[in-house]
Amino acid sequence: MTTFAPTSAAETLTAVQWALAEDQPLEILGHGSKRGIGQPVQAAHTLDLSGLSGVTLYEPEELVLSAKAGTPLAGIEKLLGEHKQQLAFEPMDYGPLMGGPAGRGTIGGVLAANLSGPRRLKAGAARDHILGIEAVSGRGEAFKSGGRVVKNVTGYDLSKAMAGSWGTLAALTTVTFKVLPAAETEITLVVRGLMEGEAISAMALALGSSAEVASAAHLPENVVGRVLDGALAGSPATLLRLEGFGPSVAYRLAKLKDLLKAAPALDRLETDQSRRLWREIRDCLPFADGSERPVWRVSMAPSDGHRMVAALRMEAGADAFYDWQGGLIWLRMESDPEAGTVRGLVRKFGGGHATLVRAGLQWRASTPVFEPQPRALAALSQRLKSEFDPKGIFNPGRMATGPVDATGISA
Amino acid sequence: MSGLTMPKADAATLARRAEIVGDMRIIVPGEGVVDAVNSMRAFESDGLTAYRQLPLVVVLPETVQQVSRILKYCNERNIKVVPRGSGTSLSGGALPLEDAVLLVMSRFNRILDIDFANRAAVVQPGVTNLGITNAVEQEGFYYAPDPSSQIACSIGGNVAENSGGVHCLKYGLTANNVLGIEMVLMDGEVVRLGGKHLDSEGYDLLGVMSGSEGLLGVVTEVTVRILQKPETARALLIGFPSSEEAGQCVADIIGAGIIPGGMEMMDRPAIHAAEDFVHAGYPLDCEALLIVELDGCGDEVDHLIGAVEAIALKNGSTVCRVSQSEQERLVFWAGRKAAFPAVGRISPDYYCMDGTIPRKELPKVLAGMRELSEKYGLRVANVFHAGDGNLHPLILYDANVPGELEKAEEFGSDILRLCVKVGGVLTGEHGVGVEKRDLMPEMFNEIDLDQQMRVKCAFDPNHLLNPGKVFPQLRRCAELGRMHIHNGKLPFPDIPRF
Repeated sequence: MTTFAPTSAAETLTAVQWALAEDQPLEILGHGSKRGIGQPVQAAHTLDLSGLSGVTLYEPEELVLSAKAGTPLAGIEKLLGEHKQQLAFEPMDYGPLMGGPAGRGTIGGVLAANLSGPRRLKAGAARDHILGIEAVSGRGEAFKSGGRVVKNVTGYDLSKAMAGSWGTLAALTTVTFKVLPAAETEITLVVRGLMEGEAISAMALALGSSAEVASAAHLPENVVGRVLDGALAGSPATLLRLEGFGPSVAYRLAKLKDLLKAAPALDRLETDQSRRLWREIRDCLPFADGSERPVWRVSMAPSDGHRMVAALRMEAGADAFYDWQGGLIWLRMESDPEAGTVRGLVRKFGGGHATLVRAGLQWRASTPVFEPQPRALAALSQRLKSEFDPKGIFNPGRMATGPVDATGISA
Repeated sequence: MSGLTMPKADAATLARRAEIVGDMRIIVPGEGVVDAVNSMRAFESDGLTAYRQLPLVVVLPETVQQVSRILKYCNERNIKVVPRGSGTSLSGGALPLEDAVLLVMSRFNRILDIDFANRAAVVQPGVTNLGITNAVEQEGFYYAPDPSSQIACSIGGNVAENSGGVHCLKYGLTANNVLGIEMVLMDGEVVRLGGKHLDSEGYDLLGVMSGSEGLLGVVTEVTVRILQKPETARALLIGFPSSEEAGQCVADIIGAGIIPGGMEMMDRPAIHAAEDFVHAGYPLDCEALLIVELDGCGDEVDHLIGAVEAIALKNGSTVCRVSQSEQERLVFWAGRKAAFPAVGRISPDYYCMDGTIPRKELPKVLAGMRELSEKYGLRVANVFHAGDGNLHPLILYDANVPGELEKAEEFGSDILRLCVKVGGVLTGEHGVGVEKRDLMPEMFNEIDLDQQMRVKCAFDPNHLLNPGKVFPQLRRCAELGRMHIHNGKLPFPDIPRF
């Protein structure tokens, strides 16, 4: 049981080469804030990259930032904030949901987990903002991909391949992201009292207008009291976020109100409260209850999600709320993840994928955490994995979609 | 590049041509197989017209099943396949090979589903980029990426090249606007990635496919994000006495938190060529001209126009005009959009380059280009996607003068080397293809390139799909898979351990 804590890319390379030569799998860690996501990793040794820290390049006018993979996200966000910039994809903080502290996580983890937030609809996820990487493959080789410019089609985009790979392809050493100006101000329009189907329609109407809605979420009655310290408690809230320059936000707010004038009640949240609200939705705070009750993160076409949820409620106890215009469904189950039921209904109502982001160890060991793929696609994914990590030394078992045997290969 | 080496033609395949053509006719009945030399001429090159090669046979399938059967057939018989959309590639991505089936996807031209509630359209890959916008604009929607060939280029080709356009700083590239694809692998397997939902359940294979230049799979269906058109758009036409001042103006606009819908720069030769051609009213006494377009709601655009005007003035602009009508906005753009044909009027031939640089390096790169221009004795005009640093130098030459094409290509290669040297890349949006293939080592070392080729091995282990493109030297997957285990004693006195 060794923990390697390299402080340079060269040391990272040496550690991986040792693991390869000795056939010793490694669990790759940053701060460990998302360590509980995925099937349990079968590795005796740890590669702790949190010592690979520091912003190596930040040119605000070029909209680019490079940092060593273990750099704390919180520090990067602070630095960007000082220049009125941001990671526009709004990476969520899994800490509170997973029962850990808020504000942890590294920039490498942001890419490895392909994080995003409520602005995903308009601004994309980490995959949409990554410009380049340096990494060490499971072959014990240091390689790079991409660059530091926004527009680049030179060679395959291996940087995107890292997005959502959960440390199973390569150990990232440096990442370069596009950064963008932060919105000057924001306001949230709150529509009260809509049932789920109506809320989905209202959100589709808003997103289909030229009001440039940045985020759209719906909190049903039993969830709405769990944000903003209960300030919205009482009736369901459909939330539409507008961001930008002051005059523009005011203009679009008026437009949106006009569009939704038939709604039962309209309210608004000013900048500070709006920012806090979307942070809480981003981090799935309504289900950050300190428990291990199973939580699913489901992605579907926006108009399909609520029908899946309605059918699920007939079969199992589940709390739900919606982000991404209804396309991101957070589900909290009573005790059993009901994986077969949830995934069966996702398929039945149009398809998508369901990830069991939180569950007790016994569930994660016996349930595929990530959505199982059709045979041909699963085989392709496995071949890609082998081309980066032929001996399976990185995070073995973590993304397995079946029972894992002793070698970490899923059956 | 003129001495381009393509993979050696396989004699056995050439010898079996008649049999292969016959088998293709069985898989694709009717008019879908073209083998007459005269008819195949139409397919012998793409947008990079300096290179021509007749294919073994041209096949135009109509169904996914046909594509699957063709690829499986070729895979089992070791026959190469070159996929082609509309053939507008500027890097030779669809250049045929003598011993390869040219798989033309143009008959996949139907729009399958328009879903306004989910802001998505599902289309076949042969639908043109502009065809998507045309199909959804009655409800005020459009498809955002707008490469200049959008009237002709296909969405399948856009996925292969990860195409951009003048609006991509604000609205992203193809990769950021495609939600899902269906594709066929070389072994005939049909795979779906993504859909109308966001993100993928496993590895981001959709991201890997974007910009993979037809080497990994053949796209048979594309689901794209459609957006509501901005309420209004207005443009500023700003002239500067130097490119440095224009460049600083761009930096200050972005520094002020403004991301324009489009931001284009032209240098003096390009301004003059465009003005002579379309008479857009461009000022002729400036060294650099910026077109800055702001889009969004009316109040926002008015607010930002004022802000950009002030920034331009502060940076020494000598001319600053704001479009007062939609018609005037289009006139501002007319010169820029006609810049390539305009340059075509002042020179028998031109060669369009496509490097990207960190914007702040623009003055240095322009100065370097002037030196190279003198060295090679060839003129160059520059248009530049100023917001994202994507440079399109147009090298003027005459193909009828012996040696001038080679000189233009060498000049172009030197420009790209310069782009890489200042922290940029070989290609921003046109792709590597055959054109920049042999320059790849300027940007990547052997390990980097080998890892990219290994990704290819996961999709197409026999290197049968579009070989000879992107990679300067093809290596067998078995060889790439070999491991060189370093002696892994565990000393590392320098790595902290716990």
